[in-house]
Amino acid sequence: MSKIFPKSANALPLQIVIFLGVLGGVATAGITYYATPAYLRVGYQPVQPVPFEHSLHAGQLGLDCRYCHAAVEKSGTSSVPAAQTCMNCHSIIKPASPLLEVVRQSYATGEPVPWVKVHQTPDYVYFNHSVHVNRGVSCVECHGKVNEMATVYHDQPHSMSWCLDCHRDPAGRVRRPENVFNLDSKRIVDAEGAAKAREFVDLARIKPPTSCSGCHR
Amino acid sequence: MRFAYYTLAFTVVLLVSVMGLRGLRSPRPPIEVFPDMDRQAKYKPQAGSKFFADGRADRPLPAGAVPYGRDGTKADPAFLRADDFRYEGKLADDGFGRGFPAGVEVTEVFVRRGQDRYQIYCAPCHGALGDGNGITKSYGMLTTPTYHDDRLRGMAEGEIFHTITHGKNTMMSYADKLSPDDRWAVVAYVRALQRAAHGKLDDVPAELRGGLK
Repeated sequence: MSKIFPKSANALPLQIVIFLGVLGGVATAGITYYATPAYLRVGYQPVQPVPFEHSLHAGQLGLDCRYCHAAVEKSGTSSVPAAQTCMNCHSIIKPASPLLEVVRQSYATGEPVPWVKVHQTPDYVYFNHSVHVNRGVSCVECHGKVNEMATVYHDQPHSMSWCLDCHRDPAGRVRRPENVFNLDSKRIVDAEGAAKAREFVDLARIKPPTSCSGCHR
Repeated sequence: MRFAYYTLAFTVVLLVSVMGLRGLRSPRPPIEVFPDMDRQAKYKPQAGSKFFADGRADRPLPAGAVPYGRDGTKADPAFLRADDFRYEGKLADDGFGRGFPAGVEVTEVFVRRGQDRYQIYCAPCHGALGDGNGITKSYGMLTTPTYHDDRLRGMAEGEIFHTITHGKNTMMSYADKLSPDDRWAVVAYVRALQRAAHGKLDDVPAELRGGLK
């Protein structure tokens, strides 16, 4: 009677277990890398109806973020400007540019410019812009160097763990109030050291919530 | 067994070549892996709406809307913005008011607030010094006047306020960006700029002069 299984088959059960372990590891790594906002959201760069260049307006011209996003200091929403904000200058500067046709239409008719939202917060997250910018969290922390972007893209993951990184360690992120809207400024911890940063967090009474109900209601 | 590892390695290589790395730019909307309750039946500011004919969730005030819940027992200057000087810069005879209206107190904090607002909203055209040489001048905005001639130095505070509120000539209204009190703060700062441009050495306190001559 010949053998059905060769002798090497004795090691097979162990080898299969090892392989399944490796497979599980690879699958976990793949999901962690690909199924999280750091891959899914970062880099999203939609085509906008008007090729507005933040790098020109906020970078080269040095306009303050708040010139257009005027409500950011007093509202939960950083407002998208009305067409009149564009026309403040563009009624005189490049008044006939074909690229601005959509803006002129919007200004004349009152129909909004159909801007495409880049940063979409889930509806169960109650994020408030004003409370962040008034506590030394610069625009650049969440939106990246918008003053260097020709077309805005999603720069940071905006995942919950990413929010908590800062909520658990505000001293590592905050800036002086006068630097919040200067996207080229440095964090206090980088400019003046960790001790000063902790002092600022204490003085400004920055106590970011880390409980669920801080952001979810 | 070796064959299984080869297949796994091939799958990984295939996956990475198709999916790419993190942070690559793409105009395609993000894939939502677990979209549970990401989009709820509620409106957020400046959002769209399929319900309203104009497609907007933000609703304009209906005609004839009045403030609700006023305390009728006290005088409330903000009610209906009835104080014309404070909210339009005008006096009862339709002329522009000089000085600052009652309720607006010009303090250092107030002027610094004006400086802050001025540098955001006014300096792009009027320039940080109020000389009309803002960044927009080099791009074709040529009509911005200087604050430092006799006409604008003599202009009533109320008229400056009215100009910020309603615009004038090529300047449009900044009422949507500056609250009435912020507008008065900017007026105060414009006065400070005018004073500074015509300042003399004697105007600077001796201890702050430094090397100034």
